[in-house]
Amino acid sequence: MSLSLKLNGKIHEIEAEPGTPLLWVIRDELKLTGTKFGCGVASCGACTVHVDGEPTRSCQTYIEDVQDAEITTIEMIEEDKIGSAVQQAWIELDVVQCGYCQSGQIMSAVGLLRENEKPTADEIDDYMYGNACRCAAYQRIRAAVQRASDILEA
Amino acid sequence: MTLDLSRRGFLKSAATVSVMLYVGVTADGAKAASGASDAMLNPFVKIDADGNVIAIIKHVEMGQGTATGLATLIAEELGVTMDQIGFDFAPSNPQVYNNLFFGPFQGTGGSTAMANSWMQYRAAGANARDILIKAAAASWDVDAASLDIQNGQIVGSGRTAPIGEFVAAAGAFSPSDTPPLRDPSEWKIIGNAATRRKDSPGKVNGRAMFAMDLHLPNQMVVMIKRTPQRGGTVASFDASAAQDVKGFIMAQTLPTQHGVAIYAENTWAAMQARSAIEIEWDFSAAEVRSSKEIKDEIMTALDTSPTYNVNKADRDAVAAVVDNAHTVVEKTFYFPLLAHAPMEPLNCTIEQTAEGDIVLHDGAQSPTGPHMAYQQIFGLPAEKIHIKTMLAGGSFGRRTTPDADYQVEAGLAFIMTDRSRPVKLVWDREDDIRGGYYRPAVGHKVRVGLDAQGSIVGWDHRVAGQSIIKGTAFEPMMVRDGVDHSSVEGLADSPYIIPGMAVGLTDTQKATSVLWWRSVGHTHTAYAMEVMMDMAARATGQDPVAFRLSYLSGGGQDQQRKAAVLKLAAEKGNWGKPAAGNMQGVAVHKSFGSYVAEVVEISGNLEDGVKIEKITAAVDCGIAVNPDIIKAQIEGAVGYGIGHVMRDQITLDGGSVEQSNFPDYEPLRISDIKSIDTHIVASAEAPTGIGEPGTPPSAPALANAIAGLQLVVAELPMSENGVTFA
Ligand code: FES
Ligand code: FES
Repeated sequence: MSLSLKLNGKIHEIEAEPGTPLLWVIRDELKLTGTKFGCGVASCGACTVHVDGEPTRSCQTYIEDVQDAEITTIEMIEEDKIGSAVQQAWIELDVVQCGYCQSGQIMSAVGLLRENEKPTADEIDDYMYGNACRCAAYQRIRAAVQRASDILEA
Repeated sequence: MTLDLSRRGFLKSAATVSVMLYVGVTADGAKAASGASDAMLNPFVKIDADGNVIAIIKHVEMGQGTATGLATLIAEELGVTMDQIGFDFAPSNPQVYNNLFFGPFQGTGGSTAMANSWMQYRAAGANARDILIKAAAASWDVDAASLDIQNGQIVGSGRTAPIGEFVAAAGAFSPSDTPPLRDPSEWKIIGNAATRRKDSPGKVNGRAMFAMDLHLPNQMVVMIKRTPQRGGTVASFDASAAQDVKGFIMAQTLPTQHGVAIYAENTWAAMQARSAIEIEWDFSAAEVRSSKEIKDEIMTALDTSPTYNVNKADRDAVAAVVDNAHTVVEKTFYFPLLAHAPMEPLNCTIEQTAEGDIVLHDGAQSPTGPHMAYQQIFGLPAEKIHIKTMLAGGSFGRRTTPDADYQVEAGLAFIMTDRSRPVKLVWDREDDIRGGYYRPAVGHKVRVGLDAQGSIVGWDHRVAGQSIIKGTAFEPMMVRDGVDHSSVEGLADSPYIIPGMAVGLTDTQKATSVLWWRSVGHTHTAYAMEVMMDMAARATGQDPVAFRLSYLSGGGQDQQRKAAVLKLAAEKGNWGKPAAGNMQGVAVHKSFGSYVAEVVEISGNLEDGVKIEKITAAVDCGIAVNPDIIKAQIEGAVGYGIGHVMRDQITLDGGSVEQSNFPDYEPLRISDIKSIDTHIVASAEAPTGIGEPGTPPSAPALANAIAGLQLVVAELPMSENGVTFA
């Protein structure tokens, strides 16, 4: 089927079968490779994008279900005030190790700070639970979410 | 090549500049040249006329920070800031870019990247400084000794000029095999905790290129449907249902017969086509054993006399001493198979150039592995095969196997085509969890005898498990007198001065493919040893820290360094003074030349759940080149160790792996450890390993904390052996 996808502020005309995960359209068709494939079963969060502002696992989101939605990927998140604060905090604290999970971590962190300006450590742990980091950079992820919150408050 | 946005500035200016200075180091000595890009093929440092410096990184960046670390050494010696230096990954060349600890082999492993590169990269930076200064001194007609390079500027004799002005002239000067290195008192970047990682920006904006992100024009994606049981082969397959998948191209049995390669236009088509294909397997030569049988074999081996007397002890005498000791503590441990599960599933892309050369794009830990394998597969000489190293999304040992497993799969899948289209081999998470190469299942049986004063008089230690090294190309180099050292490392060679220690080893049958897994043998030896130390201390009413220290006194530097990290972790972790209701556990271990002690503090109980409140670590890894990266590596290594012992295992049922993806091979999650606090011991010793040494003490320190709840967990994972985690 052909459909149009509103992604990162642009309309993309896509040819894809129904049932195709949004992840593979983003990576293989649109060649936006910041969104990662980690598990394919919504249990690692590496593929997290925003669908109408909500962090969403793109590996389990079918293309036909997001035709009318606004999709944002990591490549555009610096345009967002919260997004750029989160990226700044991530660099200040050198959160990344291998970095493969970090696009997803950042997309989730932005989602958290949008709904909770000043999350506690427990609230961060709850919200970020589904974003796995095999390098176990969690300590810094937690600290960087709080740092981003401070940056935004300042 | 990896293009990182942090290099945008370099790329822009590089286009307008053709002459660069190249400085290299080879076995035949140091070299330098000025000129166009072909002036020197395999440099370690490149500097353009704008003064932009590129460090050529011979190791893979898989998160451990090696790109930043090696760039740090060059920047420090050369005299530029970290903002003035970028990095590129070296091509595959085992003569020039070999790991100096591995012989003519380019590889990253054993936590050796910084340790083997320490003098080499400093020398490269120092040589670049030396010849730039000589060029400036000649031009200015001043004494070279009066000049230095600071912040990318040549300074001295009342003058200042950017280094870029001299890149064309400097190549005429000869670098030295022993260039003058900066005195440690001059260091500004080495040891500076404010130094930031060079790879952060690209990894937070999605632009960093991992091998999985490569998309070559006209490429095909290949996925393999592999035998579920090791040793199974394809009898026949039926791809008719795959014909309905849009983007499916073809399917062919691999020459190794271990699976069918499915070729498709994109990843999703490959995945769907793969599910649609039906395969008839021949399991007549396949592994059929289950985990229970593997465990039974290990346990039986532990009850019989070991095949190898690892430390040539008088085993009978040690056994007799333990039998007759005042107090005997004993325990039998079992460690299950574990998968590495790096976040980026395995993948690589292979293409053929117009000249018939083969190019592999890969995040390999050891490019020399596929480089050698491809010479055989393609019948080409080494110089016709090129390996482009890209960022690796974690590895933990998995991206280097003795048989270059996934790269060979890609090569075989490619050779079955007309080679007009690049082939990108993609594994998914199920392939990764089920696709073989695990930390071997291992058992330990330990009996410790103590006298009436509570001093150890005998330590009888047996290990049984499948050897990682035997049967591989590494066997002649790494197996001595029948002993695969990686099965027993950290026991008899521990810095503890333990009287009457006997270490025996029995190899068990090959049950599956096994592999080094972050910290290799130390994953289980540290656990067995450090849990025993605690049991011995508790059985004799002694403090676990003081007890350990008593086996580190009266020795040399090895003992002193191990004792120092233990004391520091105890002090910073408030040893003996946990928060009300909490329990503490401690462990200390030396691996890869580095010493790490950890204090784990837990709350809760076995029924309602245990919570890991705080982990305090102390590390001595020699000179701390990038202190903040060292801390990050300890945090990560602790999490890796703890996450797996909490709840992970790979089990076999009739030869097939039972787990398949993260839901049943559950990663450590953010809420599992509330905080990790790392302290670095100041040192003037040459740097040693940091990627792995944080892992070995983490699990036993947790076990020793849980022991305070009256449960010594001797079989893993903990969640299957009496511990609930909150
Ligand atoms: S790839 Fe989507 S959650 Fe793991
Ligand atoms: S940084 Fe490697 S998986 Fe998170």
